Amino acid sequence: MAATATIDTAPDPAGESPLQHPLESSLSTGRSWRNRLASAWMIASLIVAAIPLLAVLGILVVKGFSLVASLDWWSKPIPSNVASNALGGQEAQEAFGNVGTAAPVKEVIYGMQPAIVGTLITTGLAALLSIPLGIAAAVYLNEYGGKSRSATIIRFFTDVMTGVPSVVMGIFIYTVWVLNFEASGRSGLAGGLALACLMLPVVVRSTEEMLRLVPDSLRQASAALGTPRWKTTTKVVLPAAMPGITSGAMLAIARAAGETAPILFTVGVVSSTNFSLFGQNTTLSAQIFSNATQPGGESIAWGAALTLIVIVMAFTLTARFVSSKFSVRVDG
Amino acid sequence: MTDLSLRPITVDDLAGDRNGARPDTLFRAGAKGAGYLVLVILAAIAVSTTVKAWPAFRAEGFGYFFRDDWVPSQGRFGARSIIYGTLVVSAIGLVVAVPLSLGIALFITELAPRRLRSSITTVMDVLASVPSVVFGLWGFLILRPHLKDFYNSVADAVSGIPVLRSIFGPSLSGQSFMTAGVIVGLMIVPIITSIVREVFQTVPINEKNGALALGATRWEMIQGVVFPHSTGGIVGAVMLGLGRAMGETIAVALVIGASPQITANLFGQGEAMPSVIARNLNEASGTYQSALIGLGVGLFVLTILINISARVLVRRVDAATRGAS
Repeated sequence: MAATATIDTAPDPAGESPLQHPLESSLSTGRSWRNRLASAWMIASLIVAAIPLLAVLGILVVKGFSLVASLDWWSKPIPSNVASNALGGQEAQEAFGNVGTAAPVKEVIYGMQPAIVGTLITTGLAALLSIPLGIAAAVYLNEYGGKSRSATIIRFFTDVMTGVPSVVMGIFIYTVWVLNFEASGRSGLAGGLALACLMLPVVVRSTEEMLRLVPDSLRQASAALGTPRWKTTTKVVLPAAMPGITSGAMLAIARAAGETAPILFTVGVVSSTNFSLFGQNTTLSAQIFSNATQPGGESIAWGAALTLIVIVMAFTLTARFVSSKFSVRVDG
Repeated sequence: MTDLSLRPITVDDLAGDRNGARPDTLFRAGAKGAGYLVLVILAAIAVSTTVKAWPAFRAEGFGYFFRDDWVPSQGRFGARSIIYGTLVVSAIGLVVAVPLSLGIALFITELAPRRLRSSITTVMDVLASVPSVVFGLWGFLILRPHLKDFYNSVADAVSGIPVLRSIFGPSLSGQSFMTAGVIVGLMIVPIITSIVREVFQTVPINEKNGALALGATRWEMIQGVVFPHSTGGIVGAVMLGLGRAMGETIAVALVIGASPQITANLFGQGEAMPSVIARNLNEASGTYQSALIGLGVGLFVLTILINISARVLVRRVDAATRGAS
């Protein structure tokens, strides 16, 4: 045993754990079984968490693909006659006792353009507001604030703010904006504000992490040329951290695009496309929520969900791609 | 990706300004202002929601939190059953999420070959990015009918056993505390996993190797070295997950059943704070409106408290490991 042990005293420091414990043979059965059980638990956890993910993604494609693949989906208004159609030609007609004489049920044209546009408008506005502000706040925290008291407090509460539920952000904008402007309160603008509140702390913290990775030698080299601090920050530090900042911002956008709770009270409802920031609007997430429980709305909800997930995944995976590029550069 | 890379910088780019320090002061002030904006928004949330909720707090007094009769049509707003629903759903969520998250985090840090790690992290990122409403839709349309049958067969099986009988009772529609809790649990797995993983990575490699060298199995090493080092961080991560679970809105709104009640039956329908707000705030007015906003205030205060204590715990772990290295 001593001989085997000396072979094993230097496991790979990189953390490459061998799957088989080298002392397995000399272990008591209880110990080796507990070890195997623990490994099984780790692998099972991953599988258990991945199954619902695959199930959701799979069912979205199955149920939503035919709608999303049509051109109408991207160009037509949201149909309003879905519910009456589902109650059906049959039930409604039987209820009125005039089977056969009732007007033929109009064919439903499934469109989702208003919600797609609304999602892009609200998320886009939120990104325009929160990303510059978030980067500015992160610049303060990392380049100026450092370990000062005010920076520590801001950093702490930014962390805390990331944990504030999205529904609270919705209520916030509802109380300060929608209730104050009554009729014109609900708009893409109000929705964008709510999403911006949600994104801001995420952007601040991810940007600060990236700024921290920028080597000080770059700042010093720039300062040695007599460059003022603001120019060092905008021309040296921010460009160096840009891929990481981009990736963090895109993750924040992905999260905001999928949010429903802040949208519900702030955006209102429309069934035709509204390209303006003002006036009521609608988003994919709101359409999923309202159609999920509505008779006959299921297929619309599935289609909207697939569209939304495609948008969200595009942002998430691009973000990961960008950040993997960045980590290579830090090593080099 | 070349446009994102470091552009060669010329000396002209970095030349100092003739008018000295003024732009710098302005730049600094602007950045600082953006930093303070976070504090301003948090304060504004607290003030504006409390002001709007005040009529309900005044009308109901302490009964708002301690009575169970939530009957908007009669103007009675006792939120206890709704708060109960939030707590039960979050508790189920944690019971589901904590073992899964710890398992996945250990898998990534201790078991997985290096090249698998980044793809598992991607899977977690993708899981984290699935919107709440999509999980809700799946739970409502696909899972609910199956769960109803499953719940009822469990209820039949335990109908003779005293305590279990009341915890696992019959299910009306498949919408229940349990359905909501399981979905919420699934949604907080990526959050807890990512923090716990970072905490596990701060465990000193020498101590791990030392344990293995003494003949410990991997599991004994995890118990003896990894867990004791990470206790604070794990608790912090779990509390962050709890905060997220309590605020989870849309998925819960779709699968909890919308009937406020205090029951031990986890398969029964209930109601949670965020979901009652999401479903009703748009149509509510008067005291009902401020009662709903009041629930939002309660949720805000609860999650802020949980987050502050969680962050303090995680911070302390950070500080401790930084001191050690």
